[in-house]
Amino acid sequence: MNALTNRAKQVDRRKMNFLERLYLVAIFKGMMITFSHIFKKKPTINYPEKTRPFSPVFRGLHILNRDEEGRENCTACGLCAVACPAEAITMEAAERQPDEENLYREEKYAAKYEINMLRCIFCGLCEEACPKDAIYLSETFAPSDYQRKQFIYKKEELLIPHPIEQPEEYKKALGNRVKRETAN
Amino acid sequence: MLLAIDMALIIEKLVLIVIVVMASLVIAMYTTFAERKVAAILQDRRGPNRAGPFGLLQPMADGLKLFFKEEIIPNFSSKALFIIGPGLAMLTAIMTGAVVPWGDKVHFFDRDIALQIADVNVGILYVFAVVSMGVYGIMIGGWASNNKYSLMGALRAASQIISYELAMGISLIALLMVTGTLSLKEMVLDQQSGYWNIVYQPLGFLIFLICAFAECNRTPFDLAEAENELVGGYHVEYSSMKLGFYLFAEYINMFISSVIMATLFFGGYDIPFLNEANYDQNWMALFGVMMLMAKVVGFIFLFMWVRWTIPRFRYDQLMHLGWRVLIPLALFNMLLTGALVLLKQNGWHF
Repeated sequence: MNALTNRAKQVDRRKMNFLERLYLVAIFKGMMITFSHIFKKKPTINYPEKTRPFSPVFRGLHILNRDEEGRENCTACGLCAVACPAEAITMEAAERQPDEENLYREEKYAAKYEINMLRCIFCGLCEEACPKDAIYLSETFAPSDYQRKQFIYKKEELLIPHPIEQPEEYKKALGNRVKRETAN
Repeated sequence: MLLAIDMALIIEKLVLIVIVVMASLVIAMYTTFAERKVAAILQDRRGPNRAGPFGLLQPMADGLKLFFKEEIIPNFSSKALFIIGPGLAMLTAIMTGAVVPWGDKVHFFDRDIALQIADVNVGILYVFAVVSMGVYGIMIGGWASNNKYSLMGALRAASQIISYELAMGISLIALLMVTGTLSLKEMVLDQQSGYWNIVYQPLGFLIFLICAFAECNRTPFDLAEAENELVGGYHVEYSSMKLGFYLFAEYINMFISSVIMATLFFGGYDIPFLNEANYDQNWMALFGVMMLMAKVVGFIFLFMWVRWTIPRFRYDQLMHLGWRVLIPLALFNMLLTGALVLLKQNGWHF
């Protein structure tokens, strides 16, 4: 049978000679190897001062999007809640009043929108299901906290900052998001 | 005054005792930190560097953590023995520092103060005796835990220590033939005027070094507390500060072993290639202490370097090494040294 690689070494079954039985020579060689590791570069990074870069499709914390004029995209259709395998999303819909035209895009909007971060498995199915390009999983981690109820994120914490009223925060929250061509 | 000792001597000794004990404890504390840093550096990572600048407050954090943990004393064990065990280990660890010459004489308040708590003329024998008593700390800890695995671990540790004490003692006999005295202070004085004892006793030093590894329960001889195999050995039932005492006593033992080896074989507080009599006495004493500490740091680094390089011995390999390799080697060393000393006395002819 042909060997797959040529890395297999023939087993050496000779008895050890005197120097080898001393073990001191082998120990000394081992110690030299360990010593040389002191001067090698360490791959540790000082988190949280430095972080490793993530890929642009990394699924992190959720963000609810707004369009260019600052109106919320989400119409509380419930497709993300149905798609979520962990049942982490809940919402309540409300009707848009005539004087709230600049706040919401369509007549129906989400009055209450909550995601339970402890249930969420960051699978991204809600992002795939949304027809309005409203929910998006960004690149940040979910931070730690002391109480369970503080992990239920409300709509205000999830919304992206207003692009016209808070342009710097908006730009920062966008990060290096890959702009997708939407149907509507 | 009923005693014929003056008050100044008592105060001087008390101050020395407090300084030596405090220094041993602080150095042992930072040895635990150094262990983690050296282990990390040898393993291509950084050690603890978050607690305080460069992680220097890490041992404080560890000590505080151990204090705040819950003390668990298992049922049906002898409560007195359970508490005495770690106390005995710590006591014998610190007691050995009493006969070590930490430096030369300093001159304060019109007195010559020797930097040594007790200059007994059986110096190294005292150290040996106290280290042998350290076995009791481990045995009592293993027995009082009321746990058969602890007992096995303690038995292994005790048998390892007494086996390697023999080879250590025999290599000390060879050293005694060369130096002619047991007092540690006289040995350092001899090494100041002559060559360091490592030149006269290289094989003896090697044997002593290996036995020191075994006495401190350090890898490759750390089967008693093998974290991967016996879970904890004789200190598995201990928690909070009692466990802290056991671990601490091991580091103090390591520190004292390094000091003893530096004093016996490498000249103690002697500064090489420098004639101390030419300079100011107090400054020379200070430099001598710093030189001793530098040698000790070198030895402690050696302890840690070996720990993170070599795998652990199996129990029968350990016993084989102690009885059937080191003792014959130490006996051979002793006979050879004896022959050479006799030859030298006879003027190098038969």
